[in-house]
Amino acid sequence: MNKFTGCLLLSLLLLGTAPVWAQDTDLLKLVGEDKPKKEYVKYAFKSPRVINGHSMEFLNPGTMDFRILHRFGLVNQGYKNFFGMDQASMRMGFDFGVMKNLMFGFGRSTYKKELDGFIKYAPIRQSTGPHHSPLTVALVAGMTMDGLPWADPTRQNFFTSRLGYYFEMILGRKFSEGLSLQLVPTMVHRNLVDLNADPNNVYALGFGGRIKLSQRIAFTWDYTHVIIGMPDSGYYHPLSVGFDIETGGHVFQLHFSNSTGMNERAFITETTGNWAKGDIRFGFNLSRVFQIKKRKSF
Amino acid sequence: MKQFILLLAFISTASCLSAQDIFFTKTGKIGFDATTSSSPEKIAGTNKSVTCVVDTKKGDIQFSMLMKGFEFERALMQEHFNENYVETGKFPKAEFKGQIANNSQVNYAKDGTYPVKVKGNLTIHGETKTAETDGKLVIAGGKITASADFNVLLSDYKVAIPSLVSDKVAKTAKISVDCLLEPLKKN
Repeated sequence: MNKFTGCLLLSLLLLGTAPVWAQDTDLLKLVGEDKPKKEYVKYAFKSPRVINGHSMEFLNPGTMDFRILHRFGLVNQGYKNFFGMDQASMRMGFDFGVMKNLMFGFGRSTYKKELDGFIKYAPIRQSTGPHHSPLTVALVAGMTMDGLPWADPTRQNFFTSRLGYYFEMILGRKFSEGLSLQLVPTMVHRNLVDLNADPNNVYALGFGGRIKLSQRIAFTWDYTHVIIGMPDSGYYHPLSVGFDIETGGHVFQLHFSNSTGMNERAFITETTGNWAKGDIRFGFNLSRVFQIKKRKSF
Repeated sequence: MKQFILLLAFISTASCLSAQDIFFTKTGKIGFDATTSSSPEKIAGTNKSVTCVVDTKKGDIQFSMLMKGFEFERALMQEHFNENYVETGKFPKAEFKGQIANNSQVNYAKDGTYPVKVKGNLTIHGETKTAETDGKLVIAGGKITASADFNVLLSDYKVAIPSLVSDKVAKTAKISVDCLLEPLKKN
Protein backbone atom coordinates (compact mmCIF):
# COMPACT_ATOMS: atom_id res chain seq x y z
CA MET A 1 0.00 0.00 0.00
CA ASN A 2 2.76 2.26 1.00
CA LYS A 3 4.57 1.52 -2.21
CA PHE A 4 1.47 2.28 -4.20
CA THR A 5 1.03 5.72 -2.70
CA GLY A 6 4.68 6.34 -3.38
CA CYS A 7 4.12 5.53 -7.03
CA LEU A 8 1.07 7.69 -7.21
CA LEU A 9 2.85 10.61 -5.65
CA LEU A 10 5.77 10.20 -7.98
CA SER A 11 3.57 10.04 -11.05
CA LEU A 12 1.58 13.06 -9.94
CA LEU A 13 4.82 14.88 -9.42
CA LEU A 14 6.01 13.93 -12.89
CA LEU A 15 2.72 14.96 -14.46
CA GLY A 16 2.95 18.26 -12.68
CA THR A 17 6.51 19.01 -13.69
CA ALA A 18 6.42 17.83 -17.30
CA PRO A 19 4.60 20.87 -18.72
CA VAL A 20 6.87 23.22 -16.79
CA TRP A 21 9.88 21.52 -18.26
CA ALA A 22 8.42 21.87 -21.76
CA GLN A 23 7.73 25.57 -21.37
CA ASP A 24 11.28 26.39 -20.45
CA THR A 25 12.74 24.48 -23.33
CA ASP A 26 14.73 26.22 -25.94
CA LEU A 27 13.28 24.67 -29.07
CA LEU A 28 16.62 24.87 -30.83
CA LYS A 29 18.15 22.61 -28.19
CA LEU A 30 15.56 19.93 -28.91
CA VAL A 31 17.05 19.23 -32.31
CA GLY A 32 20.48 18.86 -30.80
CA GLU A 33 23.51 21.05 -31.04
CA ASP A 34 25.38 20.80 -34.28
CA LYS A 35 28.48 18.69 -34.02
CA PRO A 36 31.55 20.93 -34.02
CA LYS A 37 32.94 20.98 -37.53
CA LYS A 38 36.46 21.59 -38.65
CA GLU A 39 36.64 25.20 -39.70
CA TYR A 40 39.55 26.90 -41.34
CA VAL A 41 40.66 30.20 -39.91
CA LYS A 42 40.44 32.86 -42.57
CA TYR A 43 41.43 36.46 -43.09
CA ALA A 44 44.68 36.40 -41.11
CA PHE A 45 46.00 39.05 -43.47
CA LYS A 46 44.15 41.36 -45.83
CA SER A 47 46.20 40.17 -48.75
CA PRO A 48 48.40 37.22 -49.73
CA ARG A 49 51.43 39.46 -49.12
CA VAL A 50 52.41 41.02 -45.82
CA ILE A 51 54.30 43.86 -47.53
CA ASN A 52 57.10 42.39 -49.61
CA GLY A 53 56.95 38.79 -48.52
CA HIS A 54 54.24 36.19 -48.88
CA SER A 55 51.69 35.93 -46.09
CA MET A 56 49.90 32.85 -44.78
CA GLU A 57 46.76 34.04 -46.55
CA PHE A 58 45.60 32.68 -49.91
CA LEU A 59 43.49 34.11 -52.67
CA ASN A 60 40.05 32.63 -53.02
CA PRO A 61 39.70 30.10 -55.82
CA GLY A 62 38.67 31.70 -59.08
CA THR A 63 40.00 35.14 -58.24
CA MET A 64 42.86 37.14 -59.66
CA ASP A 65 44.80 39.68 -57.68
CA PHE A 66 46.21 42.47 -59.85
CA ARG A 67 49.02 44.08 -57.92
CA ILE A 68 50.81 47.31 -58.69
CA LEU A 69 53.77 47.95 -56.42
CA HIS A 70 55.79 51.15 -56.20
CA ARG A 71 58.96 51.94 -54.29
CA PHE A 72 60.12 55.52 -54.40
CA GLY A 73 63.58 56.96 -53.90
CA LEU A 74 65.36 57.52 -50.62
CA VAL A 75 63.46 59.73 -48.23
CA ASN A 76 66.67 61.16 -46.75
CA GLN A 77 67.64 62.78 -50.05
CA GLY A 78 65.39 65.61 -49.03
CA TYR A 79 63.64 68.16 -51.13
CA LYS A 80 65.95 67.98 -54.17
CA ASN A 81 64.36 64.61 -54.98
CA PHE A 82 61.11 65.51 -53.24
CA PHE A 83 61.86 62.95 -50.53
CA GLY A 84 62.28 60.23 -53.11
CA MET A 85 59.03 60.82 -54.93
CA ASP A 86 60.89 61.84 -58.10
CA GLN A 87 62.10 58.31 -58.64
CA ALA A 88 60.02 55.19 -58.66
CA SER A 89 60.64 51.53 -59.16
CA MET A 90 57.69 49.31 -59.78
CA ARG A 91 56.46 45.77 -60.09
CA MET A 92 53.29 44.70 -61.79
CA GLY A 93 51.95 41.32 -60.79
CA PHE A 94 49.13 38.92 -61.46
CA ASP A 95 48.32 36.32 -58.82
CA PHE A 96 45.69 33.64 -59.26
CA GLY A 97 43.79 31.61 -56.68
CA VAL A 98 43.36 28.01 -57.84
CA MET A 99 42.20 26.22 -54.72
CA LYS A 100 41.64 27.37 -51.18
CA ASN A 101 45.21 26.37 -50.41
CA LEU A 102 46.89 26.73 -53.79
CA MET A 103 47.81 29.82 -55.75
CA PHE A 104 50.36 30.97 -58.25
CA GLY A 105 51.46 34.27 -59.69
CA PHE A 106 53.97 36.13 -61.75
CA GLY A 107 55.21 39.65 -62.08
CA ARG A 108 57.78 41.89 -63.59
CA SER A 109 59.83 44.52 -61.87
CA THR A 110 61.56 47.51 -63.38
CA TYR A 111 64.47 46.82 -61.01
CA LYS A 112 66.87 44.64 -63.08
CA LYS A 113 63.99 44.13 -65.55
CA GLU A 114 63.32 41.02 -63.57
CA LEU A 115 60.54 38.52 -64.17
CA ASP A 116 59.39 36.38 -61.27
CA GLY A 117 56.90 33.63 -60.68
CA PHE A 118 55.86 31.45 -57.79
CA ILE A 119 53.63 28.64 -56.63
CA LYS A 120 52.28 28.66 -53.09
CA TYR A 121 50.63 25.69 -51.45
CA ALA A 122 49.47 25.07 -47.89
CA PRO A 123 49.45 21.41 -46.82
CA ILE A 124 48.21 22.49 -43.38
CA ARG A 125 45.88 25.37 -42.65
CA GLN A 126 45.03 26.82 -39.27
CA SER A 127 41.66 25.50 -38.17
CA THR A 128 39.32 24.99 -35.23
CA GLY A 129 37.13 22.04 -34.30
CA PRO A 130 38.07 18.37 -34.53
CA HIS A 131 41.57 17.62 -35.89
CA HIS A 132 42.36 21.30 -35.70
CA SER A 133 45.72 22.83 -36.42
CA PRO A 134 47.07 25.83 -34.52
CA LEU A 135 49.23 26.86 -37.48
CA THR A 136 49.13 27.37 -41.17
CA VAL A 137 52.08 25.78 -42.92
CA ALA A 138 52.49 27.08 -46.45
CA LEU A 139 55.25 26.32 -48.91
CA VAL A 140 56.38 28.70 -51.59
CA ALA A 141 58.66 27.97 -54.50
CA GLY A 142 59.60 30.81 -56.79
CA MET A 143 61.89 31.66 -59.62
CA THR A 144 63.34 34.92 -60.87
CA MET A 145 64.86 35.89 -64.19
CA ASP A 146 67.12 38.89 -64.60
CA GLY A 147 66.36 40.78 -67.82
CA LEU A 148 69.29 43.17 -68.00
CA PRO A 149 71.80 43.03 -70.87
CA TRP A 150 74.86 40.95 -69.99
CA ALA A 151 77.30 42.85 -67.85
CA ASP A 152 80.20 41.42 -69.84
CA PRO A 153 79.07 40.40 -73.36
CA THR A 154 82.59 39.30 -74.35
CA ARG A 155 82.64 36.28 -72.11
CA GLN A 156 80.53 33.19 -72.65
CA ASN A 157 77.16 33.89 -71.01
CA PHE A 158 74.61 31.24 -70.15
CA PHE A 159 70.86 31.78 -69.97
CA THR A 160 70.81 29.97 -66.63
CA SER A 161 72.99 32.72 -65.17
CA ARG A 162 69.92 34.95 -65.22
CA LEU A 163 67.99 32.67 -62.94
CA GLY A 164 67.45 32.68 -59.23
CA TYR A 165 65.25 30.54 -57.03
CA TYR A 166 63.64 30.87 -53.64
CA PHE A 167 61.95 28.46 -51.29
CA GLU A 168 59.97 29.43 -48.23
CA MET A 169 58.02 27.78 -45.49
CA ILE A 170 55.46 30.07 -43.92
CA LEU A 171 54.50 29.16 -40.37
CA GLY A 172 51.66 31.48 -39.52
CA ARG A 173 48.98 31.85 -36.92
CA LYS A 174 46.07 34.21 -36.49
CA PHE A 175 46.13 34.60 -32.72
CA SER A 176 43.01 36.73 -32.57
CA GLU A 177 40.92 38.99 -34.76
CA GLY A 178 43.50 41.66 -34.13
CA LEU A 179 46.83 39.83 -34.23
CA SER A 180 48.44 37.56 -36.80
CA LEU A 181 52.09 36.53 -36.80
CA GLN A 182 54.27 34.43 -39.05
CA LEU A 183 57.77 33.01 -39.24
CA VAL A 184 59.23 32.37 -42.65
CA PRO A 185 62.39 30.29 -43.03
CA THR A 186 63.66 31.12 -46.51
CA MET A 187 66.37 29.97 -48.85
CA VAL A 188 67.42 31.95 -51.91
CA HIS A 189 69.68 30.49 -54.56
CA ARG A 190 71.28 32.60 -57.24
CA ASN A 191 72.90 30.87 -60.19
CA LEU A 192 75.28 33.75 -60.75
CA VAL A 193 76.52 36.22 -58.17
CA ASP A 194 78.45 39.46 -58.61
CA LEU A 195 81.59 38.61 -56.70
CA ASN A 196 83.62 35.51 -56.01
CA ALA A 197 83.07 36.06 -52.31
CA ASP A 198 79.30 36.20 -52.59
CA PRO A 199 77.63 32.92 -51.72
CA ASN A 200 75.11 31.43 -54.14
CA ASN A 201 72.88 30.28 -51.32
CA VAL A 202 71.42 32.70 -48.83
CA TYR A 203 69.47 31.54 -45.80
CA ALA A 204 67.12 33.87 -44.00
CA LEU A 205 64.31 33.97 -41.46
CA GLY A 206 61.35 36.23 -42.03
CA PHE A 207 59.14 37.61 -39.28
CA GLY A 208 55.94 39.28 -40.36
CA GLY A 209 52.78 40.34 -38.64
CA ARG A 210 49.63 42.32 -38.59
CA ILE A 211 47.86 44.25 -35.87
CA LYS A 212 44.38 45.27 -36.85
CA LEU A 213 43.66 48.84 -35.82
CA SER A 214 40.10 49.01 -37.11
CA GLN A 215 37.89 47.02 -39.43
CA ARG A 216 39.60 48.46 -42.47
CA ILE A 217 43.04 49.56 -41.27
CA ALA A 218 45.86 47.38 -40.03
CA PHE A 219 49.47 47.94 -39.01
CA THR A 220 51.84 45.49 -40.67
CA TRP A 221 55.52 44.73 -40.62
CA ASP A 222 57.74 42.45 -42.59
CA TYR A 223 61.32 41.80 -41.49
CA THR A 224 63.74 39.27 -42.95
CA HIS A 225 66.92 38.45 -41.09
CA VAL A 226 69.59 37.09 -43.37
CA ILE A 227 71.33 34.38 -41.33
CA ILE A 228 73.86 32.93 -43.75
CA GLY A 229 75.14 34.68 -46.83
CA MET A 230 75.05 38.31 -45.80
CA PRO A 231 77.91 40.19 -47.50
CA ASP A 232 80.33 41.90 -45.12
CA SER A 233 79.33 45.42 -46.03
CA GLY A 234 76.86 47.42 -48.01
CA TYR A 235 73.88 45.15 -47.48
CA TYR A 236 71.23 45.17 -44.78
CA HIS A 237 68.37 43.06 -43.48
CA PRO A 238 65.15 44.17 -45.18
CA LEU A 239 62.55 45.74 -42.91
CA SER A 240 59.27 47.21 -44.02
CA VAL A 241 56.56 48.69 -41.82
CA GLY A 242 53.28 50.09 -42.97
CA PHE A 243 49.54 50.16 -43.01
CA ASP A 244 46.99 48.13 -44.90
CA ILE A 245 44.01 50.22 -45.85
CA GLU A 246 41.00 48.56 -47.33
CA THR A 247 38.62 50.62 -49.43
CA GLY A 248 35.94 48.31 -50.72
CA GLY A 249 37.46 46.84 -53.85
CA HIS A 250 41.10 47.73 -53.22
CA VAL A 251 43.67 47.06 -50.58
CA PHE A 252 46.31 49.78 -50.29
CA GLN A 253 49.48 48.87 -48.49
CA LEU A 254 51.38 52.04 -47.63
CA HIS A 255 54.75 51.55 -46.05
CA PHE A 256 58.35 52.53 -45.45
CA SER A 257 61.06 50.09 -46.41
CA ASN A 258 64.81 49.96 -46.82
CA SER A 259 64.62 47.72 -49.87
CA THR A 260 63.91 48.52 -53.51
CA GLY A 261 63.45 45.00 -54.78
CA MET A 262 59.98 43.59 -54.86
CA ASN A 263 60.65 39.90 -55.34
CA GLU A 264 62.25 37.58 -52.82
CA ARG A 265 65.62 37.37 -54.52
CA ALA A 266 65.88 41.11 -54.80
CA PHE A 267 64.73 42.21 -51.38
CA ILE A 268 66.42 39.47 -49.41
CA THR A 269 69.82 39.58 -51.07
CA GLU A 270 70.03 43.12 -52.43
CA THR A 271 68.75 45.50 -49.80
CA THR A 272 71.19 48.37 -49.61
CA GLY A 273 69.35 50.82 -47.41
CA ASN A 274 70.28 51.31 -43.78
CA TRP A 275 67.35 52.19 -41.52
CA ALA A 276 69.72 53.70 -38.96
CA LYS A 277 70.90 56.24 -41.53
CA GLY A 278 67.43 56.95 -42.79
CA ASP A 279 67.96 55.18 -46.10
CA ILE A 280 64.31 54.38 -46.35
CA ARG A 281 61.82 54.61 -49.13
CA PHE A 282 58.15 55.24 -49.21
CA GLY A 283 56.23 52.63 -51.13
CA PHE A 284 52.79 51.36 -51.78
CA ASN A 285 51.18 48.19 -53.01
CA LEU A 286 47.84 48.40 -54.67
CA SER A 287 45.90 45.18 -54.78
CA ARG A 288 42.68 44.73 -56.68
CA VAL A 289 40.98 41.35 -56.61
CA PHE A 290 38.82 40.32 -59.56
CA GLN A 291 36.43 37.40 -59.64
CA ILE A 292 37.46 35.77 -62.90
CA LYS A 293 35.66 32.48 -62.51
CA LYS A 294 31.97 32.67 -61.62
CA ARG A 295 31.05 30.76 -58.53
CA LYS A 296 28.07 28.47 -58.78
CA SER A 297 24.93 30.58 -58.78
CA PHE A 298 23.02 31.21 -55.60
CA MET B 1 10.98 -1.62 -9.37
CA LYS B 2 7.33 -0.77 -9.93
CA GLN B 3 8.20 2.86 -9.38
CA PHE B 4 10.91 2.68 -11.93
CA ILE B 5 8.63 1.20 -14.57
CA LEU B 6 6.01 3.80 -13.88
CA LEU B 7 8.60 6.52 -14.12
CA LEU B 8 9.82 5.20 -17.47
CA ALA B 9 6.28 4.98 -18.75
CA PHE B 10 5.57 8.55 -17.80
CA ILE B 11 8.72 9.92 -19.31
CA SER B 12 8.19 8.09 -22.59
CA THR B 13 4.58 9.24 -22.94
CA ALA B 14 5.56 12.80 -22.11
CA SER B 15 8.29 12.91 -24.73
CA CYS B 16 6.13 11.18 -27.34
CA LEU B 17 3.47 13.81 -26.92
CA SER B 18 5.81 16.74 -27.35
CA ALA B 19 7.71 15.17 -30.25
CA GLN B 20 4.58 14.95 -32.38
CA ASP B 21 4.11 18.66 -32.21
CA ILE B 22 7.61 19.61 -33.14
CA PHE B 23 8.83 20.14 -36.69
CA PHE B 24 12.34 21.09 -37.64
CA THR B 25 15.00 21.41 -40.28
CA LYS B 26 18.74 21.99 -40.29
CA THR B 27 18.97 22.82 -43.97
CA GLY B 28 16.63 25.77 -44.23
CA LYS B 29 17.42 28.58 -46.62
CA ILE B 30 17.67 32.24 -45.78
CA GLY B 31 18.55 34.79 -48.42
CA PHE B 32 19.88 38.27 -47.90
CA ASP B 33 19.80 41.07 -50.48
CA ALA B 34 21.10 44.60 -50.00
CA THR B 35 21.27 45.64 -53.64
CA THR B 36 20.19 49.16 -54.55
CA SER B 37 19.60 50.69 -57.95
CA SER B 38 23.08 52.25 -57.81
CA SER B 39 24.90 49.09 -56.72
CA PRO B 40 27.49 48.08 -59.32
CA GLU B 41 26.75 44.43 -58.67
CA LYS B 42 24.26 42.21 -56.91
CA ILE B 43 24.83 42.32 -53.18
CA ALA B 44 23.17 39.12 -52.13
CA GLY B 45 24.03 35.99 -50.22
CA THR B 46 22.35 32.74 -49.25
CA ASN B 47 22.66 30.58 -46.17
CA LYS B 48 21.61 27.01 -46.78
CA SER B 49 22.14 25.56 -43.33
CA VAL B 50 19.58 27.33 -41.22
CA THR B 51 18.09 25.50 -38.25
CA CYS B 52 14.39 26.12 -37.76
CA VAL B 53 12.13 24.55 -35.14
CA VAL B 54 8.37 24.98 -34.80
CA ASP B 55 6.24 23.85 -31.90
CA THR B 56 2.88 23.52 -33.62
CA LYS B 57 0.98 23.14 -30.36
CA LYS B 58 2.17 26.34 -28.79
CA GLY B 59 2.97 28.21 -31.95
CA ASP B 60 6.59 28.84 -31.02
CA ILE B 61 8.98 29.30 -33.90
CA GLN B 62 12.76 29.65 -33.67
CA PHE B 63 15.55 30.08 -36.18
CA SER B 64 19.28 29.87 -35.74
CA MET B 65 22.16 30.08 -38.19
CA LEU B 66 25.85 30.69 -38.44
CA MET B 67 26.44 33.99 -40.17
CA LYS B 68 29.60 32.54 -41.69
CA GLY B 69 27.34 30.24 -43.69
CA PHE B 70 26.27 33.00 -46.07
CA GLU B 71 27.69 32.43 -49.51
CA PHE B 72 28.11 35.13 -52.12
CA GLU B 73 28.75 35.09 -55.82
CA ARG B 74 31.94 37.09 -55.29
CA ALA B 75 34.51 35.84 -52.83
CA LEU B 76 35.58 39.38 -51.96
CA MET B 77 32.01 40.33 -51.09
CA GLN B 78 31.81 37.32 -48.81
CA GLU B 79 35.05 38.41 -47.14
CA HIS B 80 33.74 41.94 -46.61
CA PHE B 81 30.42 40.61 -45.28
CA ASN B 82 32.27 38.47 -42.72
CA GLU B 83 35.08 40.83 -41.86
CA ASN B 84 33.67 44.32 -42.07
CA TYR B 85 29.91 44.31 -41.95
CA VAL B 86 28.46 41.61 -39.67
CA GLU B 87 31.78 40.68 -38.02
CA THR B 88 31.17 36.96 -37.91
CA GLY B 89 34.30 36.37 -35.86
CA LYS B 90 32.81 38.37 -32.99
CA PHE B 91 29.14 37.53 -33.57
CA PRO B 92 28.97 34.10 -35.15
CA LYS B 93 25.25 33.41 -34.71
CA ALA B 94 21.98 35.01 -35.71
CA GLU B 95 18.78 33.90 -34.00
CA PHE B 96 15.09 34.51 -34.09
CA LYS B 97 12.78 33.42 -31.28
CA GLY B 98 9.13 34.14 -31.68
CA GLN B 99 5.54 33.03 -31.83
CA ILE B 100 3.01 32.48 -34.56
CA ALA B 101 0.39 34.99 -33.44
CA ASN B 102 -2.49 33.30 -35.22
CA ASN B 103 -1.41 29.71 -34.53
CA SER B 104 -4.97 28.65 -33.71
CA GLN B 105 -6.01 29.36 -37.30
CA VAL B 106 -3.51 26.86 -38.66
CA ASN B 107 -4.75 23.30 -38.95
CA TYR B 108 -1.54 21.32 -38.98
CA ALA B 109 -3.46 18.11 -39.63
CA LYS B 110 -4.92 19.36 -42.90
CA ASP B 111 -2.97 20.07 -46.06
CA GLY B 112 -3.19 23.63 -47.24
CA THR B 113 -1.67 27.09 -47.27
CA TYR B 114 -2.04 29.19 -44.16
CA PRO B 115 -1.02 32.83 -43.87
CA VAL B 116 0.64 33.51 -40.53
CA LYS B 117 1.83 36.46 -38.50
CA VAL B 118 5.11 35.94 -36.71
CA LYS B 119 6.40 38.14 -33.89
CA GLY B 120 9.52 37.77 -31.88
CA ASN B 121 13.08 38.79 -31.13
CA LEU B 122 15.68 38.84 -33.87
CA THR B 123 19.35 38.83 -32.92
CA ILE B 124 21.92 39.80 -35.55
CA HIS B 125 25.42 41.20 -35.00
CA GLY B 126 24.92 40.92 -31.23
CA GLU B 127 21.86 43.23 -31.27
CA THR B 128 18.39 42.03 -30.37
CA LYS B 129 15.33 43.80 -31.73
CA THR B 130 11.68 42.85 -31.95
CA ALA B 131 10.65 41.83 -35.43
CA GLU B 132 7.32 41.11 -36.99
CA THR B 133 6.41 39.72 -40.38
CA ASP B 134 3.75 38.06 -42.44
CA GLY B 135 4.62 34.67 -43.80
CA LYS B 136 2.95 31.51 -44.82
CA LEU B 137 2.95 27.89 -43.84
CA VAL B 138 2.26 25.29 -46.50
CA ILE B 139 1.29 21.96 -45.03
CA ALA B 140 1.57 18.99 -47.34
CA GLY B 141 2.11 15.32 -46.65
CA GLY B 142 3.00 15.76 -43.00
CA LYS B 143 5.64 18.37 -43.72
CA ILE B 144 5.56 22.13 -43.31
CA THR B 145 7.11 24.68 -45.63
CA ALA B 146 7.64 27.97 -43.84
CA SER B 147 8.37 31.02 -45.95
CA ALA B 148 8.47 34.75 -45.35
CA ASP B 149 9.96 37.92 -46.79
CA PHE B 150 10.76 40.90 -44.65
CA ASN B 151 13.11 43.86 -44.38
CA VAL B 152 15.74 44.52 -41.79
CA LEU B 153 17.09 48.01 -41.21
CA LEU B 154 20.85 47.45 -40.99
CA SER B 155 21.40 50.37 -38.62
CA ASP B 156 19.03 48.71 -36.11
CA TYR B 157 21.61 45.98 -35.76
CA LYS B 158 24.59 48.35 -35.73
CA VAL B 159 25.86 47.12 -39.10
CA ALA B 160 27.84 50.14 -40.27
CA ILE B 161 28.08 51.06 -43.94
CA PRO B 162 31.07 53.29 -44.67
CA SER B 163 30.16 56.62 -46.25
CA LEU B 164 32.25 55.75 -49.32
CA VAL B 165 29.81 53.03 -50.36
CA SER B 166 26.70 54.31 -48.58
CA ASP B 167 24.79 54.75 -51.84
CA LYS B 168 25.85 51.35 -53.16
CA VAL B 169 24.66 49.23 -50.25
CA ALA B 170 20.99 49.32 -49.30
CA LYS B 171 20.14 50.56 -45.82
CA THR B 172 17.55 47.85 -45.45
CA ALA B 173 18.29 44.28 -46.39
CA LYS B 174 15.60 42.08 -47.82
CA ILE B 175 15.50 38.77 -45.99
CA SER B 176 13.76 35.79 -47.50
CA VAL B 177 13.08 32.62 -45.56
CA ASP B 178 12.37 29.23 -47.07
CA CYS B 179 12.41 26.19 -44.76
CA LEU B 180 11.02 22.71 -45.26
CA LEU B 181 10.25 21.30 -41.82
CA GLU B 182 9.88 17.65 -40.96
CA PRO B 183 8.46 16.11 -37.81
CA LEU B 184 11.05 15.61 -35.10
CA LYS B 185 11.55 11.96 -34.22
CA LYS B 186 12.82 11.46 -30.73
CA ASN B 187 15.78 9.12 -30.89
